[in-house]
Amino acid sequence: MPTSRWHGRLTLGLLLAPAVLWLGALIVLPHTDLAILSFRERVAPHRYVASLAQYKTFFTEPLYWHVFVRTAIMSVVATLLTLLLAFPIAWIIAKLLKGRASSLLFILCLIPFWVSETVRTLGWMILLRESGVLPSLLMKLGVTDAPIEFLYHDATILVGLIYTSLLFMVIPLISSLESLDDSLIEAAYDLGAGGFTVLRTIVLPHAAPGITAGCIIVFMLTLGNYLTPTLLGGKNSQWFTEQIYTQFITRFNWEEGAAFGFLLLILSTVMVMVGLRITGQRFGDVMRRT
Amino acid sequence: MITADLVADAVTKRFADHTAVDALSFSVARGSFFSILGPSGCGKTTLLRMIAGFIAPDSGDIVIGGRSMQDVPPNRRPVNMVFQQLALFPMMTVGENVAFGLARRGMDRAERTRRSHAMLERVGLSGAAAKRVDELSGGQRQRVAIARSLVLEPTLLLLDEPLGALDLKLREHMKIELKQLQAAFGTTFVYITHDQSEALVLSDHVGVMNHGRFEQLGTPQDLYYRPQTPFVAGFVGANNRIVGRATRRDGELIEFSTADGWTLRARAHGSIVVGDAVEGFVRPEAATLSRQIAELPAGQPMHAGQVQSLLFDGANSAVLLQEARTRREFRIALPQTGQFSDLKPEEQVLFSFDPERAACFPARAGATG
Repeated sequence: MPTSRWHGRLTLGLLLAPAVLWLGALIVLPHTDLAILSFRERVAPHRYVASLAQYKTFFTEPLYWHVFVRTAIMSVVATLLTLLLAFPIAWIIAKLLKGRASSLLFILCLIPFWVSETVRTLGWMILLRESGVLPSLLMKLGVTDAPIEFLYHDATILVGLIYTSLLFMVIPLISSLESLDDSLIEAAYDLGAGGFTVLRTIVLPHAAPGITAGCIIVFMLTLGNYLTPTLLGGKNSQWFTEQIYTQFITRFNWEEGAAFGFLLLILSTVMVMVGLRITGQRFGDVMRRT
Repeated sequence: MITADLVADAVTKRFADHTAVDALSFSVARGSFFSILGPSGCGKTTLLRMIAGFIAPDSGDIVIGGRSMQDVPPNRRPVNMVFQQLALFPMMTVGENVAFGLARRGMDRAERTRRSHAMLERVGLSGAAAKRVDELSGGQRQRVAIARSLVLEPTLLLLDEPLGALDLKLREHMKIELKQLQAAFGTTFVYITHDQSEALVLSDHVGVMNHGRFEQLGTPQDLYYRPQTPFVAGFVGANNRIVGRATRRDGELIEFSTADGWTLRARAHGSIVVGDAVEGFVRPEAATLSRQIAELPAGQPMHAGQVQSLLFDGANSAVLLQEARTRREFRIALPQTGQFSDLKPEEQVLFSFDPERAACFPARAGATG
């Protein structure tokens, strides 16, 4: 029946409309605009020509790509540390605790996210600044003679980033660990495997899609994070998003900012692809399993 | 018994509110097929998991191959287990599954491959090594699970209701296959099940378990023909159960009557005096069905009944009667001769059984007719 097929198409179209609008208006359109911006150069007021000058600046100015590489490396380190910290937590929630205790622990992981990221990060600053809680506590206990400044170190930035990302690693890990049949672990143990071998041969292969998904999410969040590195790292943070902010807002150089934005997008895409290649997984599988 | 591969000595395990395994002692001879048969919740899984080492007994000792297993973790016990849902590793091929335990022993790759292929061949799965686990049928997976354990040449193979997940036809087939495998390998099997037919067909010895204890431990024939407790009589094989009070004792025979006045005779087990509450059991195949008095075996007490329904099941066909006066149900196996193929519901018939082949026990607490 032609009418009913037409009806079906209309329904499908209406159902997809919000997603298509979302994608079109908020992602494709601004990015197209950014792309155009990044490939032009201002030669005189209100006069622009197409050029690769913005990208050339990035590669010829050592500061820019130094910050770029540093951001990438710090993000990888933060992602790996988050994984190391989140795995035992997810294991406890998914496998060791049952019922109420398990939900309670999960809620405890969730609670910090009820507070805005700004407030959470400022909380860290109150704890860590020179006249803050931790340095004065250490002095009272006689560990240090003078208060130490904990802020504005790379380690502090990492702590802040891990804290912000933890939940996004824990959730996919829990869901992939929960689907692991306990009898597989018992069977491996029964066949002579020790704890580490069980982890390596049974648990990790099973949880691999969850681990990859968590790592992708955390890596992207970290790479694109602006607030945490800026507040906790201060002038030393040298985060690439700061460079973008500076170009757009301080220097009012939208062309350069757009080029930086695109470079960051390319970086995260390449890193995710490399990560998938190394662990031998496919993006579709990873997203479907979580 | 000859050398025992498994000895349990007063093994006890308590959970918060109940005793799962209660001071259980038994031994399993080398190379035999031992089954633990019991209803769900009787403690058989707890017992098996204690033998495997996944839980520790509160008291008592488990000795495997002459060595006490106290404080020996599962990965160091000479015991392997076939899990209820088989627990094959989906992230590995069939060959890798079978070679898994060998790799844990530090065997080199070439030897591992050789042995796992040889083992797969012995269970009739040569050429399946490179397949994925989910490409196999239920029966094939079963064989991989057994091969994965047997390749390690364990002293003891534990099987946790491994046929439970299979459909009936395959279960019947795997039953035979399991028995043949056990005979071929000579490994001691400890098998737990709630299915009495599996236990009877497969085992050399069966322990019938209830409330954390063995009600009876013996050969399948012992359990079937010489049950020692009313639980075993009721649980192993089909049985007609009649509850009443002893009215007369005649040597080894007890005459007892139900509350509504049906009188039967059966062989006494345990101490029964006149007036005691008793439980009587008559096997469906122990009774003879007839339309005329003259055709019944001479000298047996005669009973009358009415056909309620015919239960056709090929060679296991039976007829469900109602005793003439009390309307109590009584099941009788139909002879293979086809003599009663024209039997109709509502028909009046006669039946009798040899009281020597019927059993009468002191009634358990709470037993009602």
